Amino acid sequence: MSIRVFIPRDASALAMGADAVAGQIKTEAEARGLAIEIIRTGSRGMAWLEPLVEVEGANGTRFGYGPVAPRDVKGLFDAFFLAGGVHALGVGPVEELPWFRAQQRLTFGRCGRIDPFSIHEYRAAGGLRGLDAALAMRPEAIVEAVTQSGLRGRGGAGFPAGIKWKTVLGAAASQKYIVCNADEGDSGTFADRMLMEGDPFTLIEGMTIAGLAVGATKGYVYIRSEYPHAFAAMERAIEVARSAGVLGPCVLGSPHAFDIEARLGAGAYICGEETALLESLEGKRGVVRAKPPLPALQGLFGKPTVVNNVLTFAAVPFILSEGAKAYADYGMGRSRGTLPVQLGGNVKRGGLIELAFGVTLRQIIAEFGGGTRSGRPIRAVQVGGPLGAYLPSHQLDVALDYEALAAIGAMLGHGGIVVFDDSVDMAKQAKFAFEFCAAESCGKCTPCRIGAVRGAEALESAIKGEKRAENLALVADLCTLMRDASLCAHGGLTPNPVESALRHFPEDFGARAALAAE
Amino acid sequence: MSDIAPWNHTVAQAVIDALKDREGAALPILHALQECFGYIDEAAVPLVAEALNLSRAEVHGVLSFYHDFRRTPDPRRRIQLCRAEACQSLGCETLVQHAAVHHGVTPQGRGSVRLETVYCLGLCAQGPAALVDGAPVARLDAGRLSALINGAPVEAVLAGEEA
Repeated sequence: MSIRVFIPRDASALAMGADAVAGQIKTEAEARGLAIEIIRTGSRGMAWLEPLVEVEGANGTRFGYGPVAPRDVKGLFDAFFLAGGVHALGVGPVEELPWFRAQQRLTFGRCGRIDPFSIHEYRAAGGLRGLDAALAMRPEAIVEAVTQSGLRGRGGAGFPAGIKWKTVLGAAASQKYIVCNADEGDSGTFADRMLMEGDPFTLIEGMTIAGLAVGATKGYVYIRSEYPHAFAAMERAIEVARSAGVLGPCVLGSPHAFDIEARLGAGAYICGEETALLESLEGKRGVVRAKPPLPALQGLFGKPTVVNNVLTFAAVPFILSEGAKAYADYGMGRSRGTLPVQLGGNVKRGGLIELAFGVTLRQIIAEFGGGTRSGRPIRAVQVGGPLGAYLPSHQLDVALDYEALAAIGAMLGHGGIVVFDDSVDMAKQAKFAFEFCAAESCGKCTPCRIGAVRGAEALESAIKGEKRAENLALVADLCTLMRDASLCAHGGLTPNPVESALRHFPEDFGARAALAAE
Repeated sequence: MSDIAPWNHTVAQAVIDALKDREGAALPILHALQECFGYIDEAAVPLVAEALNLSRAEVHGVLSFYHDFRRTPDPRRRIQLCRAEACQSLGCETLVQHAAVHHGVTPQGRGSVRLETVYCLGLCAQGPAALVDGAPVARLDAGRLSALINGAPVEAVLAGEEA
């Protein structure tokens, strides 16, 4: 009986040399005549431990060693790591680590544990039970379960998924579509990538359930080109699902047809906006559409379309297998279930932390993150991607909840948290927000296309101390205009980082230069 | 990058024909052409337009909208450096300066490698990060970036053998 060794193939592990480590372990085991089986998995989400090598003990407990470099491998064998031996890199039983055990992994329960391309392991770990349940239900009952669970769109807008699905179900059409938005472009977010690389069948199952619920037979996953590994993983998983009969003309032997195609984006951040994404899928420039009509009624190729984020679809199998109430029992207020939080930037222990809504930012950053990587004090935290607000350290006791964040002028977005230490120049960050908006604007509406360019110029002048008051007044005016008059959230939310930086960190915006000039 | 073929009309037509019946085929076709030739030749525009029943202007519009599509060949090593907020918090901008000052490499296209700005690679807890000819590299610093610019294999850099 060979010993099973698990090594992640997630991009976060590959980026730290996981392939070389796997190769070295194989070579060393052969040289020592030891029988091992190497299984490449997704990531557990503990980025600072990657590559995290796990060895399965006799009772199935998995002992972790990380971060492992190729030069550590010989020493690990010398320390009998295959038998759970003591070594400086040892972290003990992985699932007993406080960082890991404190989480509620409903969506990411399998990620990092199983071979992402084995449908057999997927089923053995509880996969496909949601789809089995959905196949025994009427479409209305599936939609009702999703509504009752309280699941809200995880892409950022937080719109109730059940209501969207109900609209599509009620629309009469010859063809309907399920579109998964995997254009995860927000800085500080990587949950979609991790799920697609580590447990792609969960996404496939969730999309298939959505297809059954609304009467759609075709699905698309639109993946950004900056994620080549996620794209390859999805293509491979779709192939496996097809040959296993999960996808195809008879889903799990039922009379229902559903199939999925993975599509690659081409480096346009705006294609994460749902209507620009639909245009891109149709083969056009990724230009935002005016709403209405809603995509739920006239979406892809003008047909009724469910557009949801990866994490929204990936939450659905649990809801169907364990029941809407089991999911809704997690969370607070109108934010039900769990949120896969992504902690990044200048932080000691970053990664993916799935928790019920309601945990505070400070708990996440201090308890899970362990403070900054640089060891310097935290100065600012950006929540919700490049269009999210910058929060000063005295606001970190806010709960992660759609409404609680909105109440302080911030937003949850896709759940990304980026930590900055006291070396950050907030004026630079505010100017970058405008520059990013300009670089990635689709160009359709004037407030976004021109406003972002003028905003960056005016800020630059203010920072230099040129007509500071006038230029800051112009920035404030542009922010109001962009918020009120942009066609989509790209221009409409860019004022968030700009205004929050100005409000909380005014000392960075040329006050000193202005004083010196006087 | 040795598997890239020189521009060839017949091959391009075959690539287009294999994909043109997909729904909304323009992006898959343009990606396939770029993968085959390393860029999208001007001569491909009328071929794509013809296959998809679009005007040349529409194909040009799509081609010029997306950051990924290249109009000229560039055989240099491609380093896509993340310059979004999470990597900013860990000093990616000093790496941009380092590349310019010490190697004459800029995101505007100068130098011995093709340095490109990207916004987020999903490696936000291990920045600064880059993709080097498609291979992810985390925890970049000046030494690692120099090694990559000087042509060191990615595996060697990841193993800490760049010096």
